[in-house]
Amino acid sequence: MEHRYLINNVGIGLLWVSGCITVLSLLVIIVYILAQGLPVVTWGFLTQNPASHDRAGGIFATIVATVAVTLIAILVSTPISVAAAIYMAEYAGDSWLTNLVRFGADSLAGIPSIVFGLFGYIMFVHYAGWNYSLLAGGVTLALMALPIILRVSEEAIKVVPDSYKHGSLAMGASKWQTIWKVVLPTALPGIITGVILGMGRAVGETAAVLLTAGSWAKVPGSVFDPVRTMTVHIYTLATENLSMKNAYGTAAVLVIMVLAITLTSNYLTRRYIKKLGGSR
Amino acid sequence: MAAIDTTIIKDTPASPAAAGDYEYVIESKDLCLYYGKTMALKHISMGIRANSITAIIGPSGCGKSTYLRCLNRMNDLVPGVRVTGSSTFKGRNIYDRDVDVVALRKQIGMVFQKPNPFPMSIYDNVAYGPRIHGTRNRQELDRIVEKSLRQAALWDELRDRLQDSALSISGGQQQRLCIARCLAVEPEVLLMDEPASALDPIATSKIEDLMRVLKEKYTIVIVTHNMQQAARVSDRTAFFLMGELIEYDNTRKLFETPSDRRTEDYITGRFG
Repeated sequence: MEHRYLINNVGIGLLWVSGCITVLSLLVIIVYILAQGLPVVTWGFLTQNPASHDRAGGIFATIVATVAVTLIAILVSTPISVAAAIYMAEYAGDSWLTNLVRFGADSLAGIPSIVFGLFGYIMFVHYAGWNYSLLAGGVTLALMALPIILRVSEEAIKVVPDSYKHGSLAMGASKWQTIWKVVLPTALPGIITGVILGMGRAVGETAAVLLTAGSWAKVPGSVFDPVRTMTVHIYTLATENLSMKNAYGTAAVLVIMVLAITLTSNYLTRRYIKKLGGSR
Repeated sequence: MAAIDTTIIKDTPASPAAAGDYEYVIESKDLCLYYGKTMALKHISMGIRANSITAIIGPSGCGKSTYLRCLNRMNDLVPGVRVTGSSTFKGRNIYDRDVDVVALRKQIGMVFQKPNPFPMSIYDNVAYGPRIHGTRNRQELDRIVEKSLRQAALWDELRDRLQDSALSISGGQQQRLCIARCLAVEPEVLLMDEPASALDPIATSKIEDLMRVLKEKYTIVIVTHNMQQAARVSDRTAFFLMGELIEYDNTRKLFETPSDRRTEDYITGRFG
């Protein structure tokens, strides 16, 4: 008996320690970055462009670049991946085709970002002739976000209870009406989660945008202008030893942006689920 | 979607007609259903009269729900299902190739075992059917919602909560809401698949009261594993056993003097 309790307690203890390590490492990183970076973050830092060959000045252009590149990525990838998810979850069933798409999506999600960057560089920068640009960067990031949004949305659509679909079909709704009016609204929180995850990948990406969007720290005038995202800015400042202070400042702003996106979407999703009545 | 193989036994000309023009609103002839190679319904022939309640009883797995789902072709959704024989709705074989399943299901509504309101407001649930069938006018929708909820005896309970989530009301109310949702598209037949099996006795008796009122306007077919319920509400009762229709008669006759030994064994509780 004693022995069994001992093992039990040790087991629980180990789980507890693992949990603590996870939470602590996350906290340490965030706190450290904020502590190092926040003192630099002033109104001027947010609203001015880099100056003196990036050694001084702010990060306004890079914030614009990150937001724009992410927006393009999400606008391009969301419709495609949600449509594909609907097809896979509702129409295709478990065929060799859907299994292939699923396998492809999982493989895509695991490919190192530099490979996407190389692909984007050859396809969009080079062949398509978009040069280093907002567009090339955005579309490359769209490819990276695609498998994430696809798989998460597919799962969200799959878990919509059959009873809802049957209820709708039994009233003479067509399959399309059922999907559009019942399945998608019910799956929406899950789909939004997928979009946010895809967004997270796009916001945080460095290698792929460095190779496709360039490193031009000015506010772009059109989608064909090169840009420098915040992550590339951090990379440049750190590797060329231009200003560690400003690198941390940029990182702090980036962390806050990601946290803000996550918290807002969590809040919106919870409110939406409550409206659906699923709060029980 | 499952391929439906149909053999037309009787080919009646399709003409718009009132339910009263036929002895039976729904009439199945030699209806067989296969799940792959398994025969789940064996040569079912029975007719369902307008403005009556027909109960289908039998032990679990006897095919009663499967038969019910044949009547509005919900079995089409099950992969590998094949149906032979015919089942007519107002003289028209619903398994004909050119039958519009969507239109058919509008006329033959269905209430499921587990209440399945959509995760939207009470109002939107009832307005769902009219909306998908093209009603956009707000006043018209308001009118339909009120009328349907009144018919389902829910209006007084829920009139002030129309914008609340349909999932926030009780199970019994949810099931009556599902009935109201069906009524909103003005069907002629209501198929009910054990509609009270997930409900407590009080909610059950409300559903039964409702059925008695609704049969004035609608034809009701109810599948139930509860024999007392069948005896209480139905006019005619069919007893199914292992995919076969054993006996079909007036409810009173079937329960008091069944002509088949197996029916008697079942209703006296010797098996099932």
